[in-house]
Amino acid sequence: MERSSSGGGDGRRTRATAHELARYEALFAARTRGMKSSAMREMMALTERTDVISLAGGLPDTGTFPPELYANLMARVASESTARALQYGPTEGMAGTVGCIVEVMAEEGTVVDPSEVIVTTGGQQVIDLVCKTLIDPGDVIVAEAPTYPGAVPTFSAYQADVEQIEMDGDGMPIDALESTLDRLAAEGRRPKFIYTIPNFQNPGGVTMSLARRRRLIEVARERELLILEDNPYGLLRYEGDPLPTLYSLDAEAVGRGGASDLVIYLGTFSKILSPGLRLGWAVAPRPVLEKLNLGKQGSDLCSSSVTQTFVTAYFQERGASGEPAWREYISRLCELYGHRREVMLEALAEHFGDHASWTRPQGGLFIWATLDERIDTTDLLALARKSRGVAFVPGRAAYMDGRSGSSSMRLNFAGVPEQDIREGVRRIGTAIREQLGLLGSLSGGARPAPRGAAPDTDTGPLADVVALPVPRAGADERRRRDR
Amino acid sequence: MSGRRVAVLKGGRSLERAVSLRSGAQVQDALARLGHEVIAIDAGPTMVADLLEAAADAAFVALHGRDGEDGTIQGLLEAIGLPYTGSGPAACARCTDKALAKRLMREAGIPTPAFHTLRETSIREFGAAAALERIEADLSFPMVVKPAKGGSALGVKFARRSEELPAAMVGAFSYDSTIVLERYVRGRDLAVSVLDDADAPGTGPRALPVVEAVPREEDFYDYESRYEIGMTTFVCPADLPPETTERAQELALAVHSLLGCHGVARVDLMLEADTGELWVLETNVVPGMTETSLLPQAADAAGVGFDELVERILAGAFSR
Repeated sequence: MERSSSGGGDGRRTRATAHELARYEALFAARTRGMKSSAMREMMALTERTDVISLAGGLPDTGTFPPELYANLMARVASESTARALQYGPTEGMAGTVGCIVEVMAEEGTVVDPSEVIVTTGGQQVIDLVCKTLIDPGDVIVAEAPTYPGAVPTFSAYQADVEQIEMDGDGMPIDALESTLDRLAAEGRRPKFIYTIPNFQNPGGVTMSLARRRRLIEVARERELLILEDNPYGLLRYEGDPLPTLYSLDAEAVGRGGASDLVIYLGTFSKILSPGLRLGWAVAPRPVLEKLNLGKQGSDLCSSSVTQTFVTAYFQERGASGEPAWREYISRLCELYGHRREVMLEALAEHFGDHASWTRPQGGLFIWATLDERIDTTDLLALARKSRGVAFVPGRAAYMDGRSGSSSMRLNFAGVPEQDIREGVRRIGTAIREQLGLLGSLSGGARPAPRGAAPDTDTGPLADVVALPVPRAGADERRRRDR
Repeated sequence: MSGRRVAVLKGGRSLERAVSLRSGAQVQDALARLGHEVIAIDAGPTMVADLLEAAADAAFVALHGRDGEDGTIQGLLEAIGLPYTGSGPAACARCTDKALAKRLMREAGIPTPAFHTLRETSIREFGAAAALERIEADLSFPMVVKPAKGGSALGVKFARRSEELPAAMVGAFSYDSTIVLERYVRGRDLAVSVLDDADAPGTGPRALPVVEAVPREEDFYDYESRYEIGMTTFVCPADLPPETTERAQELALAVHSLLGCHGVARVDLMLEADTGELWVLETNVVPGMTETSLLPQAADAAGVGFDELVERILAGAFSR
């Protein structure tokens, strides 16, 4: 119970009139107009209840981190680095942490110079700083459709005009990107950057093919465009061969062992270690890096020295096999999440059956499922949350207009135990059948036609790539916000 | 009336939780300024225990949506004998259920847009789908489809054509097992708040100046932006011919009395563009008290400041 008792009738009656209240509106910066929290987002906030199985979060499973290791590391940080851990650090990050970052990126075959790294407060801060540095109101950002729901409010806050390119099973089609760029060029507009999550995309669950990665770099170089490569899950791969990062492909194109000059790389410890540390990083061309640094000074001076020292200590740790502990931990996560992915794919085949299509991610945290186009997953979430106690992210959250993607949903398979995955998917399946049954009765009794690839468990695994569904409406129509 | 202990009930689990928290915060500040002792309670599993422990003189209901507006909370407050603000359980139930409220209005001759109601069970068990053709012919398109209960923007759908109707209905059924299909009235969005005059007992409720909500974007009124600063412009008093203002206020008072509201209520109306007719859409028994809410603006236009408004609503708790 929260208590706030008054001073007790001293007669000082401040008269807060409605006009005064309304006056706040005049005080707000113009950019806040885009910062609306929609009814959908408010509903999603309600899903953070303990009695709800939530497949909605973006969480890794931090319960897998060995408690004794955590305790030892914290004790070591406390006793060996007291003054440093409690002190401000450099804006670009502590040297030890940057060393860990260089190591993590080398694991994906990406060589970076420590002087081109800036440590940030989570990967989210990179998105914010890149926008702060590059985006004036009305500037264009090209992003994937669907895109990371957490980037939507950031792009909105900087009043960016976001062009979303509908993906297929191989990520963003580069020919579609080129026609968008051509159209923009004809309008005299040039995007400030292309935002992409090439590995196990959030929320789409698809991976950009090598051919497309190469082509994307070619296009970016031809047109001198910056790319923001968001790669939180690259090391969480459960099948298939790792693909080179866009950063490394661009560095290769630059040649002479140089750094990439068009790719801003975003990395994070959130999914491979812990989101609670709030540590991410950017690698960027030096002029951009300098601006990011200035931007960060204005935002928070530096990221937490405590958690940076923690990461440094963690990376010195050896595991049972003699390998670095962080590598062992990632292997364990891959084993666990890979298994949970299988569980969710099986559950989807059983409970969504031919009522939906979904992606089969080779890694990462998310599966994107698409239902009959007459079902709005925002409404389905209201039903599923209330009567079934289960939650997911409605597809609309991944679109700037808050309208498209309305028959899709994002499901997290990594953050919850197996039985919750099975039960959660079963409950959503029940809610879907309920709505389809009702639709069937209202549309003259005919069962709706199955949509997309119909997975059949009897005939072995799903096709390697389930194409993302065709968008329901063209980009122009989407912008009209009609429904 | 200073020195009361007032429990402000806010939050809860409805889809309008966020709005309620903002309303509650505004009310708390006002009550504290007025010299009352404030106990803020987020309506959850320990609400009743918290209320009993608080030993408050009254509860200020700032809960919107399910539970807070449908009479659930009011019934509980009566059970523990705690005076509370706003309407009683029966009026709450009548106002919250749009299907019921519209039927009562129609019977009483108060103009409300043509409508039909459907229950999910009547579709499953009585083949109600076969009635859709008649309903479409009667109401014509575009049609508004909404859950009978729940004041959130979510679930309110527009159907432009027959083919869009099933999906709109299924969407609305996600929020309630009863839905209202209503003729869409194109025109101006008005709201009239009614406030019981506690300072002058016996004079009865009085209608406050009319507020007009002007959407910023040229579109169907975007329900999702109703509560957000900057998405809708409010004009108060609305720029209307005197006879229209008078008629809107008469209608609001008639609805307030018909549905048995107490203390305060906000009646939403449409002024139809083509005919100049006024139509009552719905009544809110716990009007929003946020920075952008209509009731505080209307009260202000009538010379009643925010704190005075809160004080009057509180007084209503002791005049039932």
